Amino acid sequence: MLSSYLQYLISGLTVGATYGLTGLGFTIIYNTTGIINFAQGEFVMLGGMLAVFLASAGAPLPLALLGAVIGTVIVGALMERLTIRPVKNASVIQLIIITIGISIVIRGIVMITLGKDTFALPHFSGETPISLGGATLMPQSIWILAITGVILAALRFFFTRTLFGKAMLACSYDRKAAYLVGVSVERMVLFSFMLSAFVGAVGGTILAPLTLTSYDRGIMLGLKGFAACILGGLGNPFGAAAGGLIIGVLESFGAGLISSGYKDAFAFIVLLLLLFIKPSGLFGRAQVKRV
Amino acid sequence: MTIRCFLIALALLLIPVSAQAEEPIKIGAVFSATGPASFLGEPEKNTVIMLADQINEAGGVLGRKLEVVVYDDETDVNKCVLAVDKLLKKDRVVTVLGPSVSGNTLAVMNKFPAAKVPMLSCAAAEKIVNPLNPWVFKTPQSDRHAVTRILEHAQNEGYKNIAIITVSDGYGQAGRTVLQELVPEMGFTLMADEVYGPKDTDMTAQLTSIKGAQPDAIICWGTNPGPAVIAKNRVQLGIKTPLYMSHGVASKKFIELAGNAAEGLLLPAGRLIVADQIPDDHPQKPVVTNYIEDYESRFDQPISSFGGYAWDALMLTVKAIEMGNSADPQDIRDNLEKIEGFVGTGGIFNFSAEDHNGLDASAFEMVIIENGDWKIVE
Repeated sequence: MLSSYLQYLISGLTVGATYGLTGLGFTIIYNTTGIINFAQGEFVMLGGMLAVFLASAGAPLPLALLGAVIGTVIVGALMERLTIRPVKNASVIQLIIITIGISIVIRGIVMITLGKDTFALPHFSGETPISLGGATLMPQSIWILAITGVILAALRFFFTRTLFGKAMLACSYDRKAAYLVGVSVERMVLFSFMLSAFVGAVGGTILAPLTLTSYDRGIMLGLKGFAACILGGLGNPFGAAAGGLIIGVLESFGAGLISSGYKDAFAFIVLLLLLFIKPSGLFGRAQVKRV
Repeated sequence: MTIRCFLIALALLLIPVSAQAEEPIKIGAVFSATGPASFLGEPEKNTVIMLADQINEAGGVLGRKLEVVVYDDETDVNKCVLAVDKLLKKDRVVTVLGPSVSGNTLAVMNKFPAAKVPMLSCAAAEKIVNPLNPWVFKTPQSDRHAVTRILEHAQNEGYKNIAIITVSDGYGQAGRTVLQELVPEMGFTLMADEVYGPKDTDMTAQLTSIKGAQPDAIICWGTNPGPAVIAKNRVQLGIKTPLYMSHGVASKKFIELAGNAAEGLLLPAGRLIVADQIPDDHPQKPVVTNYIEDYESRFDQPISSFGGYAWDALMLTVKAIEMGNSADPQDIRDNLEKIEGFVGTGGIFNFSAEDHNGLDASAFEMVIIENGDWKIVE
């Protein structure tokens, strides 16, 4: 019995880490622009699909992964330059609708060029499961948890310790004031899109060996990542990561102990309850507006 | 003057008659060529187009060309309903082939009695033909036949306790109903009854509770990619319990996705995917080998059972048209019910007024996956 609980926890953490990584991408763009980028799930999908494509074209695995991440970052940069920047005076809602449109375009292009099948990527370090107190985990799960941890730590350092990171935060807080003190807002926004594409693509490549990948994988991941983001408190990277882990674990225990038929419902029920009680999310601070 | 008027009138009368004689026979098809079930719909669409070309090159049916109108429902129920409406009201087809998936078929099948046009579905669920809808037929083997074959195999192996894990779409729900009915009926105990979503990427939670129930065998009911994830998760959790799959994964894609985790899995499959292993004197041998040769040489893709469902649907329609010497929808329907001993890719069809599937459990061979390929088990 105890070993099954441990198994639910491990499975939940692995899946949750990927929700968290997707959620992280949301917070990065939200923090500099105030936009919810609904193409975030597509960045994750692109990472996985490009890695599969490059690997099947004959590239060794590490090179395929690297290529996939770089390719996705370029897509993120192009997205900002070609669709977000030209409509400078648009409202946040209009920009969000643009991101939804882009997500559909990316999905369509991938479907036509890379195919509409499901694909598998080889595991990074073998498929021999590791036994752990009666439960088992794949080496890939360790990769997922470790890489998520490293990215989180790096982001924390970036946003709190570097001038560049602080400048990005300043843009979200007050665009005009940041501009007046010499921050190049346009560059920050471009960089935030590239950074979130990077985070998403890394999530996609480390996830693909475990869960398979296909052109429409981004929709559900984007949705769960967004939920993770809201649960943790919008705009807080650590909240997003923690929110992802919580949703993953909830799903896993819900499916294992109550009923697997309602797996997706548990996370959203908890999310709704939380938003009634604490609308700013678990780790979010209530907004204070000074006039 | 009167003669001229008479001649013009005669000519006007004759034009539509002669035009009608040369008019092609319009057959509609709606398949899930894109979307999650594209692995079903794409080979089905290819097969129908290929067959129509072949038939037309050979002179058509009753001296008329076949014109196949194919729509893609993108594995979406709403788009499927729209496509069927278009086929029935705008294109005025005499028969509809498809849809590819059970959920879509169940959503559109009640339109056919009103339109008085027959439909030959390429989806598996037994609910499509039971209770009987006089205008609806289907070509894939029923889930009841597949479950029967699996449970017979389990009986021979001496298993007593069964766990099931099914997908929450139309295909899985239909399979689950039959499993819940037949597992106790054939003397087994149902130890666990788990469900997963069609887009889920991790089923370790469900498999962990199945593991806790300690069944003798697990039956998984779903179509790609879910069962591949389940096969991988099973290896990951170190579960040694035998795993049966449904005929929904009888394509090379499944073995490719599941990799080593597919080794040793058992499933009931039509003879199409084990064509080289069936005896030469089996009546299906020439049909399936010809189809495989034609398909693989034209599309450069491996064969799957699913394209065969569309082969059967179109050829049965052609057979019914030839039998009645008429392409009238009512005649096609009546003659479909009279077809007996038709050798298709999915089995030997014997339709009747009570049976619109026309197959039985003998349409399946039990196969095991060994060295990345199918092998018939005795």
